[in-house]
Amino acid sequence: MSLISEKDRQKLIKRKRIAFLFSKLCALITWTSVLLLAVLLYQVSSDGFGWVDWQFLSSFPSRFPERAGIKSAIVGTLWLIGLVALISIPVGVSSALYLEEFAKPGKLNKFIEVNISNLAGVPSIVYGILGLAIFVRFFALERSLLSGALTMSLLILPVIIIASREAIRSVPMSIRYAAFSLGATRWQTTWAHVLPASFPGIMTGVILALSRAIGETAPLIMIGALTFVAFLPAGPMDSFTAMPIQIYNWVSRPQQEFHDLAAAGIIVLLIVLLLMNATAIYIRNKTEKRLK
Amino acid sequence: MAKAASSSIKKRGRLFGESCIITWLMACAGISLVTTAAIIGILLKESFVFFENVSPLEFFFGTSWVPILQPSSFGVLPLLWGTLQVTIGAAIIAIPLGLACAIYLSEYASPKMRTYIKPLLELLAGIPTVVYGYFALTFVTPVLRSIFPDVQVFNALSAAIVVGIMILPMIATLSDNALRAVPDSLRQGAYALGATSFEVTTKVVVPAGLSGVMASFLLAISRAIGETMAVTIAAGQTPNLSLSMFESIQTMTAYIVQVSLGDTPTGGIAYQTLFAVGALLFAITLVINIFSQLILNRYREVYD
Repeated sequence: MSLISEKDRQKLIKRKRIAFLFSKLCALITWTSVLLLAVLLYQVSSDGFGWVDWQFLSSFPSRFPERAGIKSAIVGTLWLIGLVALISIPVGVSSALYLEEFAKPGKLNKFIEVNISNLAGVPSIVYGILGLAIFVRFFALERSLLSGALTMSLLILPVIIIASREAIRSVPMSIRYAAFSLGATRWQTTWAHVLPASFPGIMTGVILALSRAIGETAPLIMIGALTFVAFLPAGPMDSFTAMPIQIYNWVSRPQQEFHDLAAAGIIVLLIVLLLMNATAIYIRNKTEKRLK
Repeated sequence: MAKAASSSIKKRGRLFGESCIITWLMACAGISLVTTAAIIGILLKESFVFFENVSPLEFFFGTSWVPILQPSSFGVLPLLWGTLQVTIGAAIIAIPLGLACAIYLSEYASPKMRTYIKPLLELLAGIPTVVYGYFALTFVTPVLRSIFPDVQVFNALSAAIVVGIMILPMIATLSDNALRAVPDSLRQGAYALGATSFEVTTKVVVPAGLSGVMASFLLAISRAIGETMAVTIAAGQTPNLSLSMFESIQTMTAYIVQVSLGDTPTGGIAYQTLFAVGALLFAITLVINIFSQLILNRYREVYD
């Protein structure tokens, strides 16, 4: 005579079987999602790999796929990201420092906080509309690199601010108290101690934000980045194209050759993104070691 | 004596420099407020001009969207419906799969496994949307067409699938965070009463982390609504009120792209539609984002 009845035993077996199947199902779904990444990468590289060569990297776009290249788009993207970094890093980190180190907790501070998290959720194309109305038309910067860079900076500012605030918040209070007790002012403490200590975290956030800006397409289309540029921009007031714009242009043509060109462009874009992320990790590791 | 005076002057200079710096920091923090004000101001102003020419009744309830050709008509419902089709499709794919990923990551995966899978999911989230558009057009659509022959080259289904893939990592990572915030004592209590892992997950952990999970769903949905490039490339440029997912449609975002790519003259009615549709898009995503924050703040179970 067992402790539990046959009916209960069957029920228990069934419950355990459900639990087992459920755990396996969740694992299966997770691995399938990761597998999707592999499929996506495989699809892109098998289409475009044959097209990535020196000729592709060093030519201007062309009506003839075999002569077309991504040179002006690469240069445009480098210009754009350089300008975005110059604008968004000082402003973003300053905002984060103000909110974490200087602002008095109160209604206004809370309001700014809610506002920033809402801005982070605004669709990128709405920033494009903003850029079009303010920078292109109102300030008459035309369809220039500067218009694009300002628009992109507004787009990634919330990301930079949120990441920087987290990094700043993780600096232990004891470091601040030590500086204050030696007579340092608030800004001296912030500049000489809080900022260096939070630098790796800020850098990581900044690079991730910039790599988001590299891949953004819609706002640049809105402010009127050109899809056919057979020259290199010489300054921030020149018109330009960028890698995602060029890729979009190629994807939206019906011919198979242009789709392959798009895949080749995507390979270059993904390599740039990968390099940036690797840099972020490298910087973080290096500075972490130094601080220890 | 003199030394003390000079040091006090130095100190005053330092404090003056400091207050300049603080003013600059404050101005930077103010930029975010200015940005919000500018977005709302511009969208309202230009939409106002638009609604002087087109009655709101026509805009919100009209069933035909022909903004550029004559005779024009400005019913936004086809665009709204296109966005809705893609969003609902994406949500149907991403919500169950994303939640399953989150449950696997927080309840079943070993810590080592987590450190492999989470960066991979984040990589999936970091891929530019134009790449997803390419993937939809050159991979998903051909596969769909080989299964259902009457799928058009541009169709809502393929856009919905890639947008679903795109928002899945967001649901997975945010929900994972929410589930992991549920204290272990709750799990142990349930196990001690003889519950299986399935019962612990579905009856204890997920309900306890529900506010965070729901917030992640809403954020992902709002992201899907605002998603632009993938739907522009994959779903086409045909405003369409049809129920079928196999046909070419146009979303609000795709329409905005279409207008800005064309040679629309500034100040014309077609140019103003850009702002009217943009305002609608902004309003919808804003409401959803605020709602998700409310859920997080109001219904969060606080465990100490």
